[in-house]
Amino acid sequence: MKHLLSIADLSAAEATKILDTATELARTSDGQIKKLPTLRGRTIVNLFAEDSTRTRISFEAAAKRLSADVINFSAKGSSISKGESLKDTALTLQAMGADAVVIRHGASGAAQRLADNEWMSGSVINAGDGTHEHPSQALLDAFTIRKHLGKGSSDLQGVHVAIVGDILHSRVARSNVLLLSLLGAKVTLVAPPTLLPIGVETWPCTFSYDLDSVLPLVDAVMMLRVQQERMTELFFPNPREYSRYYGLNAERMRTLKKTAIVMHPGPMNRGLEISAEVADSARSVITEQVSNGVSVRMAILFVLLTGSHLEVGSM
Amino acid sequence: MSIALSAEDISRALVRISHEILERNHGSKNVVLLGIPTRGAHLAVRIAGIMSKIEGANIPFGTLDITLHRDDLRMRPPKAIMPTLIPQSGIEGKDVILVDDVLFSGRTIRSALDALGEVGRPKTVQLAVLVDRGHRELPIKADFVGKNLPSSLDQSIRVSLSETDGTDEVVIEPRVQL
Repeated sequence: MKHLLSIADLSAAEATKILDTATELARTSDGQIKKLPTLRGRTIVNLFAEDSTRTRISFEAAAKRLSADVINFSAKGSSISKGESLKDTALTLQAMGADAVVIRHGASGAAQRLADNEWMSGSVINAGDGTHEHPSQALLDAFTIRKHLGKGSSDLQGVHVAIVGDILHSRVARSNVLLLSLLGAKVTLVAPPTLLPIGVETWPCTFSYDLDSVLPLVDAVMMLRVQQERMTELFFPNPREYSRYYGLNAERMRTLKKTAIVMHPGPMNRGLEISAEVADSARSVITEQVSNGVSVRMAILFVLLTGSHLEVGSM
Repeated sequence: MSIALSAEDISRALVRISHEILERNHGSKNVVLLGIPTRGAHLAVRIAGIMSKIEGANIPFGTLDITLHRDDLRMRPPKAIMPTLIPQSGIEGKDVILVDDVLFSGRTIRSALDALGEVGRPKTVQLAVLVDRGHRELPIKADFVGKNLPSSLDQSIRVSLSETDGTDEVVIEPRVQL
């Protein structure tokens, strides 16, 4: 593996390898010393052309715990805002000797474009591209679900997960549907018809318009943020109506199984898709997702940046 | 292919190593055994078993994974990370015996010393190996050796243990070119 661009590129064995590595790395960071010498002398660039808190900080923390040097680079305050193309940005990074680029971009396929061209020789890690994919988020979600509901097995056989909300604009949902089904879980998408993408019936999952009928059946419920910045049309009459039908409040939470967990990739719109009471409840694993994110991203960097990649495309 | 150590040879070597460890350390009171996964960890368990029979006392043992401390991570794909399990008593001020199957370049042991430094500060660190095949690249020497097997670089030494491979034996064979 050289790049991590999309969950669709991963086999179940590769995904499991990342999750197993993350499990061992999480164990090391429980100890006293949190810094490992593993990636000493390697340079990792965080190229964020779109806003982010969790993902950028999480990749930065992961790289630093493995002793890599981190360069942060965001669109605001860089030449991207002066109109520099992705190609020229990539050539600059190559000239500086970046071993890996973590890229977040508003355009779907930006990470793929960076990896396909010979602009740079390092690994490319997709940290969210438009409405396409967000593979590291899906891996950390799968890691969290496996920890709580995996019953010690390495896959997610028999686990039922509901993903609720703005599926249409969500790269998190796309990556999660692919990964969770790859690992053997059953996935049900819940959203109003206007927020389900065209062709969703071909995805490896089921879907429903009715949250209340799905909640009692699932082991984990993942609430998605209503992405107002990507909404160029009217998808629901008003936020209050959305919240009434698709928001997770305390009353709905009580219909869940006793062992079920509540997840959210963040940032949350408290009061819209999730009520404050639910977000702060004992069932919520939202902050744990954030700490798991660091271990999972350490595992991703470890798997991509160690070993020669002679097995990739050499004859 | 030739068999360098049979199952009986291995068990005799481990008994001798156990006695030597006890002799060198004046008993087992301060000793902690740490095996390097995978096969070193199994050997550490066996040596701890033999030592506790001799001494009639519990010998603390654990594992020390060194994957994250290797200096060749850039060159070849790493093995899967295995757990590092340090016994309750810890290693602070103890006599730590590192256990591995084959001592070759010495780079694994260098990584192990780094990994150990992050866990604590032992009083002494000693090294027990089943096979020493020579060709050191670093100034590292084993304190307890099952068998010295002078070998050529185009040979490889394969250690099989019943825990992972079904049988106990050490075999010298021509190196397989990948």
